[in-house]
Amino acid sequence: MAYYEEDDLRRFSEIGKHRPDLFEKFMAWYEACQEDGALTRREKALIGLAVAHALQCPYCIDAYAQASLEAGSNMEQMTEAIHMASALRGGATLIHGLQAHNSVNKVSM
Amino acid sequence: MAQELPVIQAPPTAATFAPEDFDARLATHGIKLARAGAIETLQVNVGKLCNQACKHCHVDASPARTEIMMREVAEQVIEALRRYSFPTLDITGGAPELNPSFRYLVTAAHALGTHVMVRHNLTVMFEPAQLDLPEFFREHRVEVISSLPYFLEQQTDAQRGQGVFEKSIRALRRLNAVGYGIERSGLVLNLVYNPVGAFLPPKESSIEADFKRELAARHNLSFNRLYTITNMPIRRFLDYLRRTDNEERYLRKLVEAFNPNAVEGLMCRSTLSVDWRGRLYDCDFNQMLEIAVSPELPQTIFELDAERFSGRRVMTGSHCFGCTAGAGSSCGGAVAKT
Repeated sequence: MAYYEEDDLRRFSEIGKHRPDLFEKFMAWYEACQEDGALTRREKALIGLAVAHALQCPYCIDAYAQASLEAGSNMEQMTEAIHMASALRGGATLIHGLQAHNSVNKVSM
Repeated sequence: MAQELPVIQAPPTAATFAPEDFDARLATHGIKLARAGAIETLQVNVGKLCNQACKHCHVDASPARTEIMMREVAEQVIEALRRYSFPTLDITGGAPELNPSFRYLVTAAHALGTHVMVRHNLTVMFEPAQLDLPEFFREHRVEVISSLPYFLEQQTDAQRGQGVFEKSIRALRRLNAVGYGIERSGLVLNLVYNPVGAFLPPKESSIEADFKRELAARHNLSFNRLYTITNMPIRRFLDYLRRTDNEERYLRKLVEAFNPNAVEGLMCRSTLSVDWRGRLYDCDFNQMLEIAVSPELPQTIFELDAERFSGRRVMTGSHCFGCTAGAGSSCGGAVAKT
C-alpha cells in the first residue's frame, strides 16, 4: 500500500463516515472560505497553494495547483506563491537561530 | 508558422468515459433540453482547412484538410438568410477566410442586413491575399471573434503552435489600427480564452480584466469582450487527453461541475449549425461527431424549413457536459445565469 493515493482526494468525504456531523460542519466552513469575498477566489487559491507547500500536503498541492489554474493564475504567479511559502519557512528557521544564539550566550562569557 | 500535428483521420468519436447519460442528468433536475422558439444564429462551418493545427481543436482542422464548402452550398446559406431573416450569421472553420466563398458569404449576408460574426484566428491575416482582412471586416461591419488562449507567448504557442503569439499580436495591432476593439468605434473585436490544457476556464470577468490590463500594458492593445470557452473532449483535444492520461480525470471534472443554471443559455437552443456539405446539426460539436439534428427534421440547408425547429429536442451526448460545466460554455462564452 502506498502512503499517498491520488484517488484518495476524491474519497475525502469518507472521513465523515464516523462523525458526519463534524465533517458537514467542516465542509460548510471550508467551502465558505473559498468564496469571493474581500479576497478573490484567485487570491485565496494562491494562498491555498502556498500553504499547501508549507504543509507539504500532496493532496492540497494537487487541489490548489488545479484551483489556481482554473482561477486564471499562470505558472509565474504560482511559482511566486510557492517562493513566498519557501521564504517564510526559511525565515522561520533562520529567526530561530536567535534562540540558539540566546541559549549559547546565556552560558558563555 | 504553426506547428503541424498529425491529422487524426479515425472515425469521429466522443469520449469513452461516460459515467452517466447527459439527458438523465438533466432529468434529475427536471430539465428537458429543447430548442427555443426561433433560430437566432445560423452558424456555418465552411470547412476544416486551416493555416494552424491547434492542440485543442475539436474540428481537427489543419493545412492538410481538404473538406471545404462549395459555392452552391454557400449560395444556399444566403438563400436561407434571405428567406428566414436569421439575425446573425456566425462563420467558422477551420480558418474560414481560406474558403474561396468566404468573401461572398460575408458580402451577401451583410447586404441582407444580417449581423455577421467571423471566427478569425488572427494569423490567417498573413497568408497570401489576406492582408486586407481588417479593412474587409470593417467595410462589412463584421464582428470579429479571435482565439488568444493567454496573454503570454509560452501558453499561446503551446496550444496554437510556435510563433502564433507573435503573429497574433501583430494581427491585433492591425485590427486596432482600423478601429476594431477601440471604444466607440462600433467595430467589435472579442477574444476567446481556451484553457491551455485539461482544466476548466476561470471566471470570465476575472480573466477578461487580466487580459485587458496585460495586453494594454505589454502591447498597447485593446479589445471588447473576452469569452471563456471550455475545451471539448472531441477529436484532437480528446486525443491529447488520451495521450497524456488525462481523459478520465477531465471528463469526471466536467461531470462533477455540472451546473443546471447553464442549460437555459446553451447555444444549441437558438443556433442551427451547418457543415461544409450543407448538413444540419444542433451545434458545431455535434457536427464534428456527426450527430445530425433530430431525424424528423430537415437534414440539410437545401430543404431547410426553419419553423419546424421551434421547440424541438436537441440531440445530446456525453460531450454536452462540456457546455454545462461551471459557468457553462458556448461560442459566446460563459452562459450560466447565476
